[in-house]
Amino acid sequence: MNYWPLLGVAVIVVGFVLRFNPVLVVVTAALGSGLLAGLSVPALLALLGNSFVASRMLLIFVLTLPAIGLLERAGLREHAQRWMARLQGLTLARLLTGYLLLRQLLAMLGLTGVAGPAQTVRPLLAPMAEAAAEKILPTLDDADRDELRAIAAATDNIGRFFGEDVFIALGAVLLIQAFYAQHGIALSPLAIAIWALPTAIAAFAIQSLRVWLYQRRLRQRAAGDRARAVD
Amino acid sequence: MLRIEYAYWLIAAFLVYTGLRNLRDRHRWHAAFWLVLGALFGGGDAILAQSAAGNTLPAQLGGGGVIVLALLAPRLQRKAHPESSSAEQRLQSAIRLGHTLFVPALLIPLVTLLVALFGGWLAIGGHALFAAPQMTLTGLALACVVALFAASRVARTPMHEGVAEGRRLLDAIGWAALLPLLLAALGQVFTHSGVGTAIAAIATAWLPGGSALAALLAFALGMVLFTVIMGNAFAAFPVMMAGIGLPLLIRQHGADPAILGSMGMLCGYCGTLLTPMAADFNLVPAALLELRSPYGVIRAQVGSALAILASTIVLMWLFVFR
Repeated sequence: MNYWPLLGVAVIVVGFVLRFNPVLVVVTAALGSGLLAGLSVPALLALLGNSFVASRMLLIFVLTLPAIGLLERAGLREHAQRWMARLQGLTLARLLTGYLLLRQLLAMLGLTGVAGPAQTVRPLLAPMAEAAAEKILPTLDDADRDELRAIAAATDNIGRFFGEDVFIALGAVLLIQAFYAQHGIALSPLAIAIWALPTAIAAFAIQSLRVWLYQRRLRQRAAGDRARAVD
Repeated sequence: MLRIEYAYWLIAAFLVYTGLRNLRDRHRWHAAFWLVLGALFGGGDAILAQSAAGNTLPAQLGGGGVIVLALLAPRLQRKAHPESSSAEQRLQSAIRLGHTLFVPALLIPLVTLLVALFGGWLAIGGHALFAAPQMTLTGLALACVVALFAASRVARTPMHEGVAEGRRLLDAIGWAALLPLLLAALGQVFTHSGVGTAIAAIATAWLPGGSALAALLAFALGMVLFTVIMGNAFAAFPVMMAGIGLPLLIRQHGADPAILGSMGMLCGYCGTLLTPMAADFNLVPAALLELRSPYGVIRAQVGSALAILASTIVLMWLFVFR
């Protein structure tokens, strides 16, 4: 058994830790791993070229950019923000759970780019979460605000990750299908995507529960503050 | 008949357009990067056809192109193009257009879904409208064209300005757009150079022989560990699949491929929530939100990631060997 190609994995780790450009790190790891496995240079180049163009489907998302760019110029993000801000009567847990659900559903439709840390979390979700938390506990300190923003970003990530695998036309499902096709197992994208649903439901329940527990801790601290004020 | 190759040509055209616009703006490195990528996309069918016919020279040139892209990538400074419209203009437009702005955005998933579900039955004059391979993706490409048309109608802006906006966004994404393809290629190279078999050899040496549960745990936790190392579940998937999933779980223990693939990938996603290597999801948001610790987002995710991982492993154990 030739264990030298595992050095390619080491190249990835070291390259990322030293913060080299990821594209360069990945290609270096591929070249190193291939050469250490004893592939000839022409064979390695051909393998790299073939497998790169064989996964061209992974760049198909760039075709959405012209339409999305045009809509953003026409105020799509501003409209979404104004619309969200008009929705009233939201507690912290309801806000974050509602966002989680929306994010998961959008990702299931393949709309992963509609929301995100820059598009929705920083301008919208994080400030709204801080405002909702202040209604419970007016004396939030900087550490609390950091934690709230981090929870908002985490909710966004979890909603995205555990929704997008249910969409049949992007990324993960196609990678799984392509891997099996290369090894002689034919599967339809839908047959794969449907099995991401149980985990999607579990992820929703778990993150909602954690948000609710966080809100309960805030309430308990607020009650403690009030009790001390009475004394 | 609409084929997926048309979508690749459309992407190639968009990439070449982006390259030429950068050339005109004298951003030479960006121009070279997008033009080389455009050439790879435009020539991709020829590369695959020639390789199938036994001539690997075009594929070798393609591999050389990938190396050129890797050398160009560090020279691409991520610089935001100036916004083509002011915040005030966008707000006025948002107030004027209201919910109609959502319509073209929703057309993208809707048309894709319709083609995926019903595309196989559409025919004109006895000829199928959509080619069967990759029909969903062909539908997505068609949906993007339809959405661009609709967006230009809703916003009363010519379509070519949409393409110019698209170029602006593509430049802002930069080399990061390439990472998924490169990681898929890396997975292939890893498979061919025996990284998967080496890991499988280590795993089988450690695994109690013949236990389906031990193999399943090794597969799931291996997905997590590899994703943490690589920062991307896509890179971990082919390696763990070739190492443990396919030979042990599917071939030996008769695991269901669809369930194993889908849930195995999700175990990897739990790893993505834990690793600074997944910079776009974990470190960039921390910086965007001005957290004092760059690992604040990861810290907020640890509890959820571990709980989701545990439930996914239990679900896999329940369903995969039925």
